[in-house]
Amino acid sequence: MTTPAEADVLVLIDHADDGTLRPQVRELLTLGRAIGTVHGVWVTGAGATPPPAALEEVGGHGAPVVHVLDTGSVHPRLTPVVAEALAGLVGPATRAVLVSSSFENKEVAARLGVLTGAGTMVDVTAVEVGPDRLVVDKQVFAATWTSRCTVRTPLAVLGVKPHAVEAEATSADPAVAVTHEVEVSATARAVEVVERTERAPSDRPDLGAAQVVVVGGRGTEGDFSLLDELADVLGGAVGATRVATDEGWIDKDAQIGQTGVTVAPRLYIGAGVSGAVHHRGGMQASGTIVAINTDADAPIFEIADLGIVGDLREVVPRAIAELRRLRG
Amino acid sequence: MRIVVCVKHVPDLMADRRLGEDGRVARDGGDGTLNELDENAVEAALVLAEEHDAEVVALTMGPDDAEDAVRRALQMGADRAVHVLDDALAGTDVFGTARVLAAAVRRIAEDGPVDLVMTGMASLDALTSMLPAALAAELDLPQLTLAAGVDVADGAVRVRRDLDHATEVLRAPLPALVSVTDQANEPRYPAFAGIMAARKKPVDTVDLADLGIDPATVGTGGARTQVLSAAERPPRTDRVLITDEGDAGVRLAEYLVEHKLV
Ligand SMILES: Cc1cc2nc3c(=O)[nH]c(=O)nc-3n(C[C@H](O)[C@H](O)[C@H](O)COP(=O)(O)OP(=O)(O)OC[C@H]3O[C@@H](n4cnc5c(N)ncnc54)[C@H](O)[C@@H]3O)c2cc1C
Repeated sequence: MTTPAEADVLVLIDHADDGTLRPQVRELLTLGRAIGTVHGVWVTGAGATPPPAALEEVGGHGAPVVHVLDTGSVHPRLTPVVAEALAGLVGPATRAVLVSSSFENKEVAARLGVLTGAGTMVDVTAVEVGPDRLVVDKQVFAATWTSRCTVRTPLAVLGVKPHAVEAEATSADPAVAVTHEVEVSATARAVEVVERTERAPSDRPDLGAAQVVVVGGRGTEGDFSLLDELADVLGGAVGATRVATDEGWIDKDAQIGQTGVTVAPRLYIGAGVSGAVHHRGGMQASGTIVAINTDADAPIFEIADLGIVGDLREVVPRAIAELRRLRG
Repeated sequence: MRIVVCVKHVPDLMADRRLGEDGRVARDGGDGTLNELDENAVEAALVLAEEHDAEVVALTMGPDDAEDAVRRALQMGADRAVHVLDDALAGTDVFGTARVLAAAVRRIAEDGPVDLVMTGMASLDALTSMLPAALAAELDLPQLTLAAGVDVADGAVRVRRDLDHATEVLRAPLPALVSVTDQANEPRYPAFAGIMAARKKPVDTVDLADLGIDPATVGTGGARTQVLSAAERPPRTDRVLITDEGDAGVRLAEYLVEHKLV
């Protein structure tokens, strides 16, 4: 098997429609460097190219080249399109393809696995580069278990969770963009994007990547202002239970849980959250869990490091005031 | 019109789920259920079937007790079921599963074309959410995944979906594969009449030979990754539960400072 010097690693560069990088890209590039020579892959359509700021970031994190795969008139966001475009870049020296472990990119990983025959794993939390194989830690059962696996094929496709490594810049040189026009299959082309509305990014840290997440549930009765304030004081992101997103109290993309975002921040604070099994599935790998709930029997207390039986409308404002005071 | 809906038998979410010595999902608990998210797929299939006068075939792959999953789908209203059962399937990875299910769908299509293949958005156990996309790739069908709403009209399927950063509407001609989310509908609870009727509905059990799949390419031996070890997350220690007596906000702030979390 190849040593890092001769191994190529493809990293899918997630970005917003306006070309802004998603934060986890920096981690994926950093991780890729431990495996081999990193190439960024930017899937786009209709001649759009990565903005200079993105090329700087990608180059700065160790990928001298970004392959811009232009799908022409076919929508570049569809996961089968992304997978086929990526598969076209896989060569004999490619040892790994790294993508973030979002719902969409898990589909990309799955399809790449079918197209290339690669050993494929998602929800990866750590990668160890052995002399002849990659050893990967991944979460199962909603992060209540971890399993250590090895990839049996020469190529590995990995969907990686946030915080698997700490992002580290290495260079001051921007990446060079090399454009390739790609053709996709008739089946991939058969899906038409009738409408697409991208939500504007918030000023707060990205939920999946934030180190502090403040979460509100039904107990907020729809008023998230206290939680917003607490999140601001802590420099954190705001999340919610499905009840809160279903009620329309906060955007759907704030939903944490089995069918929403999975978070594993250093600090999770849940207020007015019961801790239903579906919600726990998306947060129980968090470092420290704090829960504020009026019901001493709420299941969230079973996994809380600090449980506070109390009314969030009393506890949260006092905590905010004290945090401000302690900080001076 | 014919709809195949894929369902899976999984360990109950509320039960103690664990990995066995071999790194596979331990299935000895006896308290499995139909993967909750597959109920949304069954419901969506039934609603479309009612509108378009379609047949709904529930399809599962798994050991003996997986029949409970298709039974549940039949109780909800599916017309018949196919259960792929073969000892060689133990330990099959997502790619092997997709190949087996694809072969089963093609076999069902021998009775007449399959217009839609539907799945839940993920199985709530170890297989993650890769199966729908892998199955669509194996079947070479257009995929419309993570649907929060599904309509079929004029030979095309249209879905609405909410992604992490965007909301989309997708459309593709039939046949196609659609995975649905928990937001798509409220699954019906089988009525007594449905439970009685399900007893008489046919469950066709097929093995790998029926599907023309070489057993050596599936199971643990056919898997592209290998589990080296598995461990349960250690329990949290030093947990504290306090009751607010006016001071909990301050104590929370102190706790965060003391544990260097701010
Ligand atoms: C297939 C499926 C998938 C699902 N996926 C998800 C998912 O991904 N994420 C998710 O979150 N849910 C999910 N759910 C829903 C989940 O089962 C629960 O219904 C939901 O998590 C409960 O939200 P909650 O904690 O806000 O509400 P509740 O369970 O109603 O809890 C509210 C809590 O607030 C407390 N409270 C009330 N007032 C106050 C106050 N003033 N101060 C402090 N505490 C107060 C109450 O004691 C209670 O414990 C899913 C359900 C299904 C069936």
